[in-house]
Amino acid sequence: MFILVWLVLSAIIWRMKRAAICLLAIVFLVSCSSPAGQPVSSTQPGVIIQNKGSDTMVNLALAWAERYQQVNPQVNLSVTGGGSGTGIAALINGTVDIANASRQIKPEELDEAKTKGIDPVEHVVARDAIAVIVNPENPVSQLTLQQISDIYSGKITNWKEAGGQDRPIVCLSRETNSGTHVYFLETVLRLGDKKNKTLFSTETLLLPSSEGIINEIRLNPNAIGYDGLGYVPKDLKVIAISKKAGESYILPSITTVNDNTYPIARDLYMYTAGQPQGAVAAYLEWILSKDAQDIVAQLGFVPVK
Amino acid sequence: MEKSLNWREYVITRLIKASGYSAILFVALIFLFLLKEGLPALGEVSLSKLLTTRWYPIENYFGILPLITGTLVVTLGAALIAIPFGLGAAIFIAEVAPRWLRELLKPLVELLGGLPSVVLGFLGILVLSPSLRLLLNLPTGLTALAGSLLLGAIAIPTIVSIAEDALDAVPKSYREGALAIGATAWQTIWRVILPAARSGVLTAVMLGIGRALGETMAVMMVTGNAPVMATRWNSLFMPARTMTATIAAEMGEVANGSVHYHVLFLIGLVLFLISLAVNVTASTVVFRQKKRAERILS
Repeated sequence: MFILVWLVLSAIIWRMKRAAICLLAIVFLVSCSSPAGQPVSSTQPGVIIQNKGSDTMVNLALAWAERYQQVNPQVNLSVTGGGSGTGIAALINGTVDIANASRQIKPEELDEAKTKGIDPVEHVVARDAIAVIVNPENPVSQLTLQQISDIYSGKITNWKEAGGQDRPIVCLSRETNSGTHVYFLETVLRLGDKKNKTLFSTETLLLPSSEGIINEIRLNPNAIGYDGLGYVPKDLKVIAISKKAGESYILPSITTVNDNTYPIARDLYMYTAGQPQGAVAAYLEWILSKDAQDIVAQLGFVPVK
Repeated sequence: MEKSLNWREYVITRLIKASGYSAILFVALIFLFLLKEGLPALGEVSLSKLLTTRWYPIENYFGILPLITGTLVVTLGAALIAIPFGLGAAIFIAEVAPRWLRELLKPLVELLGGLPSVVLGFLGILVLSPSLRLLLNLPTGLTALAGSLLLGAIAIPTIVSIAEDALDAVPKSYREGALAIGATAWQTIWRVILPAARSGVLTAVMLGIGRALGETMAVMMVTGNAPVMATRWNSLFMPARTMTATIAAEMGEVANGSVHYHVLFLIGLVLFLISLAVNVTASTVVFRQKKRAERILS
C-alpha cells in the first residue's frame, strides 16, 4: 500500500481568500491497495469520494481524509476548499459527493437543489467555537454579548466603558464574504434576533485573513477581534462571555461548547445529495467515530460526541 | 530585388502599425468589457444609493463614496511622498552623483522596483504599522498613512528610473550653455534641465501615480480596509478602504451576475475613469506648455 500525497499549499502565510480557493488545499490522496513492491493493482479500482467546501473546515477535512486512507485504503478522497457556498453549489451541480459547510444550507440553495432533483441531507460533523480575543496587556477579561455588540456597532468606543483602561477600541473583523463574519453579525451583533438590523460600525477594520487579525491583536493593545477557537494562538487572551448581564462568564472550551453554555458556537456540516450510500455512508459513519472525533479536538474544533 | 525589399518593407510597416493600434484596441476592449459588466449596476442600484456613505454589500448597502475617498486619500499621500523623493533621487543620480555612484544607484533603484508588493506589505504589517502606531500615538497603525508610505515606496523606483532616463536624454550642450553663461549648478538643473526633460519627467510621475492608484495587495494588507468616509482632516491617520482592495477582497466570492458583482465592476469603471482623467489632464498641461515655449522660441 502506498499513499501519494500532493500537497499544494500557498507558500505565503498570508493566504488570500481567492488564492485559498486555488492553492490552499488541493490535495490528492491517491492510495492503492496493493502490497508493497507490487505494481499498482488495476483489478481493484478504488472508490473516489469528492469533498469540497468551507475554508474553515478544510484543515479538518484534510486530516480526516489522510487518516481514512490509512484505515481504509480502497477509498480515495479528494479534498478542496473554496468556501461553504462553493461546496454547496458543487453538490447541487453534482460534481462532488460531500459538501463541507460552516453554515446551514440557505433556503434559496435548497430551492435550487430541488429544481435539479437533489435532496441535500445535512450531517453535523463537528462544532466550532468563535473566540473573542484581545491583547494580553488588556486588563478586560470578560464581556457580555450586549457589550461586544455595542463595541462592534460603535456604541462603545473606549475600553474604560467596558471596564478597561482609557484606550480607544479598535475592532477587527474578517471580510464580509467570510462565513465567520456573517455568523458573528447574526449571533453577536444582532444577538440572534432576526429583526435586529444592527450593522458593524464603519470604523471596523476588515482584514482579509485570520493571520492579519491575530497579528494585529498581538501587536496592538487597543484591538479586539474574533476567530475560530482552533486558530487562536496561546499568547493571545480569550475573553469569557456571558449571554446576559448577571449570568456567569464562560470561556470557550470543548465542555462549554457541548453543554451549550458558551454562547458563540456553531455546528459544522457535511451535506450529501440524498441519504449517503456505500463508501460515502461508511466515511460519514467513520467521521463520527472516536478516532475521527479525536482529530477534531486536536485541530482545536469541538467534537460532537 | 527592389521589389522584394518593397514587399518586406510593406509587411514590416504593417506589423508595426498593427502593434501600435493593438494597444488602443486592447484599452478600448477593456473599457467596453467594464461598461458591459458595470453599467447594469446603475439600473439595479439607483445613483442616489450609490452615492451614499455606507458600504456593506452583504446587506445591500452599496455606497461607493467611502471607497472613492479612501483611494484618493491613499493615492494623494503616496504622490506627496513619491514625487519629491523620486524626482530628487532622479536628479541626484542624473546630475549630481559621480559616475561610479550613478552606476551603482541606478541598478539598485531598479532592483527595488522589482520587489513584489506582497513583500512590502509584510514589512508594512510587521514593521511599519506598529511603529506608526507608537510614533504617532494612533489607535491602530493600519491606516491610510501606512498605505501611502508603502505606495510611495512602490512608486518611487518607477519615477526615478523613467525620470532619470529623461534627464539623461537632455543634450549636453544645454548644460554647458547654462554653465557658460554663469548659472550655478542648481540653476542649471532647476531652470534648464528639468524644463527641457519636462515631458519625460511628467510621464515618470504619471506612471508612478498610476502604479500607486492601481496597487492592491500591499494596500489591502496595511490600510485596515474600514469603509470610512475619508473627509475629515485626520483621515490620513485613520483606516481607509480603497477601491482596488474592495474589488480584490470581494470579487472572489461574489455570485456571477449579481448586483454586488455589477457594482464591483462599476467600481473598476470609476477607477479606470479616474486614471484616464489624471492622464488626460497631465498630458494637456504638457502639451499647452510646449506650445507656449515654442511660440516664444519662434
